[in-house]
Amino acid sequence: MAQHKVNYTQDGGLPVALTSIDKIVNWGRSNSLWALTYGLACCGIEMMASGASRFDFDRYGTIFRASPRQADVMIVAGTLTKKHAEFIKRLYDQMTEPRWVISMGSCANTGGMFNTYATVQGCDRIIPVDLYLPGCAPRPETLQYGVMLLQQKIRANKAGNAQKAKRLM
Amino acid sequence: MRAYTPKDDVQAKAYYTDRFYVAPQVPKQDVESDAVFAADLAAIKARFEVKDAFIQVTNMVVYVNANDIYNLLEFMRDELEYTQLTEMSAIDWLAKDDTFEIFYQMLSMNKRKRIRIKYSINKGQAVDSVEKLFRSADWSEREMFDMFGIEANNHPFMKRILMPYDWQGHPLLKTYPLQGDEFAAWYEVDKIFGKEARDVIGPEIRDTARVDRYDSERFARLGYEVPKGTKITDDMEKTTQSYQEEGGVFLIKKFDKETSVVIDDPQR
Repeated sequence: MAQHKVNYTQDGGLPVALTSIDKIVNWGRSNSLWALTYGLACCGIEMMASGASRFDFDRYGTIFRASPRQADVMIVAGTLTKKHAEFIKRLYDQMTEPRWVISMGSCANTGGMFNTYATVQGCDRIIPVDLYLPGCAPRPETLQYGVMLLQQKIRANKAGNAQKAKRLM
Repeated sequence: MRAYTPKDDVQAKAYYTDRFYVAPQVPKQDVESDAVFAADLAAIKARFEVKDAFIQVTNMVVYVNANDIYNLLEFMRDELEYTQLTEMSAIDWLAKDDTFEIFYQMLSMNKRKRIRIKYSINKGQAVDSVEKLFRSADWSEREMFDMFGIEANNHPFMKRILMPYDWQGHPLLKTYPLQGDEFAAWYEVDKIFGKEARDVIGPEIRDTARVDRYDSERFARLGYEVPKGTKITDDMEKTTQSYQEEGGVFLIKKFDKETSVVIDDPQR
């Protein structure tokens, strides 16, 4: 049998890593944020660009899923109209916990330039939002930075399944 | 060149302009000035009553009676080669004389001409659907119903097209407020959560520039996150944690600038 010439006392030698449950669970969660494909308007184009080869969201472990049941984070990319409001709530409810929401762009944040009767004045009226990205539309770099901030937020939290109470019925 | 107008109070001015200001009309020409239009108008006049007709920016505008519209458009499509209905909708003149003006924009590819057929209806009156003649009228008439509340008789599916089916009000009416009435303002809240949630969610915030950094109910500052509702002061310690491996990690050396070599020669 071959003798491994490994000095277990040197750095990286000991094949054991100690950590806490919170850290390892959050490590997994934050590095595989699967996003719901949810382009509502022009921000959706930037979101697609973030996922495509030039900006490459896969580097963060963010893969777009077409089903809310497989998604961890909902990126509300675009104008949320009042006609569509019930569907965003339905999709959000179908996502499994823990789940996060990024409100991408001015329209999703506050209604933006659409100060009209047909636009929801901020998607946080319907669903709880973790992160607001400013911009019209935000660049893919902004969205990726936003996802990194969301990762930080996830890592700073406890790993328990019960989410902190957010403003929602 | 366009005449110069002072621009320094242009923002303030908008508040003082009349919402129902009627723009001056572009000049009208006589129909006789165009041979094709003159022949078309003569053919129309032989069968239908024409109230007024003129040419405006290369389009002939013809005012007719409301109940002639189906036969007229059929005649124009089959006999006069105006084979396309490119657009139709209504104009809200309720403030002026309590009527709607309905227009049909017709295009003849053979003649390379456009004719606009117009007629007026009173408030609450329905129009005749031309969906059987032009498929494009299907959605246009639904949109007209949605936006103005004008119904089209004999339409196969007379429902709203843009707004939700349970919407109240017709948004393109000039009396409809741009930011919505009471129903519109609470539509999504009432529908999803119920009316009792209005107190919890609160009215719409229409001032998009409103930012309150001390608001810990709705926002958390990056790196200074506090539990919801905590009073925020200016001298708070940064609580950011970029990576959970900040103290170093198993098998991976921390990359740091001092011990790294910067390669600035691309041809190295």
